[in-house]
Amino acid sequence: MTWSQMQPLLEQACWETLIMVGWSTLISVALGLPIGVLLVLTDKGGLLQNSLVNKVTGQIVNVGRSMPFIILMVALMSFTRWITGTTIGSEAAIVPLAIGGIPFFARLVETAVREVDHGLVEAVQAMGGNTWTIVRRVLVPEALPSLIASITTTIVALIGYSAMAGTVGGGGLGDLAVRYGYQRFETGLMWITVAVLAVVISLIQFAGDYAARSLHHRGGRQGSGPRLRLLKAKEPATTTATADLGKAG
Amino acid sequence: MITTSGLTKVYRSRGREVTALDGVDLHVREGEVYGVIGQSGAGKSSLIRCVNLLERPTSGTVTVAGQDLTALAGRGPRAGRELRQARSRIGMVFQHFNLLSSRTVQDNVELPLEILGRSGKERSRKALELLDLVGLADKAKAYPAQLSGGQKQRVGIARALAGDPKVLLSDEATSALDPETTRSILALLRDLNRQLGLTVLLITHEMDVVKSICDSAALMEHGRVVESGTVTELLATPGSELASALFPVAGDASGDNRTVLDITFQGESATQPVISQLARTYNIDISILGAAIDTVGGLQVGRMRIELPGRYEDNVVPIGFLREQGLHIETVEQTQPAPQAHQTPQAHQAPQVDRASSVLVKEEAK
Ligand SMILES: Nc1ncnc2c1ncn2[C@@H]1O[C@H](COP(=O)(O)OP(=O)(O)OP(=O)(O)O)[C@@H](O)[C@H]1O
Ligand SMILES: [Mg+2]
Repeated sequence: MTWSQMQPLLEQACWETLIMVGWSTLISVALGLPIGVLLVLTDKGGLLQNSLVNKVTGQIVNVGRSMPFIILMVALMSFTRWITGTTIGSEAAIVPLAIGGIPFFARLVETAVREVDHGLVEAVQAMGGNTWTIVRRVLVPEALPSLIASITTTIVALIGYSAMAGTVGGGGLGDLAVRYGYQRFETGLMWITVAVLAVVISLIQFAGDYAARSLHHRGGRQGSGPRLRLLKAKEPATTTATADLGKAG
Repeated sequence: MITTSGLTKVYRSRGREVTALDGVDLHVREGEVYGVIGQSGAGKSSLIRCVNLLERPTSGTVTVAGQDLTALAGRGPRAGRELRQARSRIGMVFQHFNLLSSRTVQDNVELPLEILGRSGKERSRKALELLDLVGLADKAKAYPAQLSGGQKQRVGIARALAGDPKVLLSDEATSALDPETTRSILALLRDLNRQLGLTVLLITHEMDVVKSICDSAALMEHGRVVESGTVTELLATPGSELASALFPVAGDASGDNRTVLDITFQGESATQPVISQLARTYNIDISILGAAIDTVGGLQVGRMRIELPGRYEDNVVPIGFLREQGLHIETVEQTQPAPQAHQTPQAHQAPQVDRASSVLVKEEAK
């Protein structure tokens, strides 16, 4: 296979992966964030303490989080068809990816928000702030560096899931590697695909770390620029991202 | 300005009950600095958190500026709208500052104003004005992590003042600071109290804090207020633990047949050479066993323990003379005619001194 033959295939696959991962990330973040915050708020001693809501939501998230993605995908077939009208293609793959991504991200959000110093919540309560004010002005902004690290982790995990979704008709880079590399012994194309994936994941990880760190600046001492910080020991917020990388990718 | 009556707080966790407050009656007058002191676990934080209902009292009432806050219900742990409004009129500063690291100093100070729904222009004007007041005008754009502890607490104070409160609550605001910074923060609180007529209720475990800025003080033990009053009242109260902790004077009688007196003097009388006058007038030898002089709220106050020869009965006239000079006299020894009672004085005196110093030791150990 020549490069000119591979190029359109690669371009097409990259585009499909981008569609799948992009949309599912957006949906996961949009829905996982409120769910994660809700888990913290309704927990014992939380601002909206409600053990029923907490237990039910927590259980759903747990199941969603620990369900093997391939099974989730198959189980969601009819739901996917109901939403998109088909079970084949990148658009259809977005549905199970998002459903898998929501609880994944929600748990990370929960952990990040729980880390916020309760004293800050109390300070805003003492000013007369209501629960919404606390969420919007304290919990989310204060957890932002960790939340960005969590988004990075989620994107990387979704790239992994998308490779699986690809093999059952979603397309994308994973599908390309399997179809050509595994089934047609086009080892060259397979390795290029692997390289592209590795580069994409590294770039995302790097960008995410960079964003999280530059926000962390506000929490750090003045002076030293972002580049310097990257050389320093990893801060807690970003270690979660790297720790989960191995598992997800 | 702040009145609590019959305030109790019982924490229930996993079947265990902890009574943190046990019928606290506190009265803080408008415009005064009121200090609550006590050992760790005495319930000081619980008390101050009950004042703005961050913690809902189990029973009893809290009235701030004439408004009964306990009547402003909220469902469960949530505060209703009226209570939130009432809270916005009470400033609070914290031991660990509790500044948002995601916001600049100025934005931190603006936060209460955002909650009050003020316009952007008004917010920044007010915030800059307050930062100027606490001496941090040049740090408006810095992030809290770039400030020292003392500077952070100044921001905390500026933020607490943003809603123009009449009352400021402070829970160990200086406990995380070094002595030098503590002094400057206390001076700032004192200034604010004077300039703005701010009523300050502060919690501390340091006697020095009470000594340097409080008009009134209360001592808490096991969820109860065991002593309270203005500092001058307390100093004049026989056997007051707070007074002895504020001015610990020690010293034992040099032998039998002596009268030991604790003299508390305030204001004018402190400067009068009363003791030498006493010695001259009655021609007696007076030994000074211990003394402490300090300034409380701009007033010179001191304590002295002196020893006069002879029993109490022999010294009725000199003691009368001292009282006439406007001094507060406490007899440390109670000399009684029965011979075996000679032990009693020591036994009586020792626990009191011990208690006084043990309070101090415990406070300083923290
Ligand atoms: N949220 C809570 N749940 C259970 N018990 C509590 C809670 N808060 C305080 N207590 C208990 O109530 C008692 C009084 O605590 P409080 O914090 O008011 O003491 P304090 O005088 O402020 O002590 P310190 O000087 O250490 O701050 C303690 O025995 C403490 O263990
Ligand atoms: Mg406390």
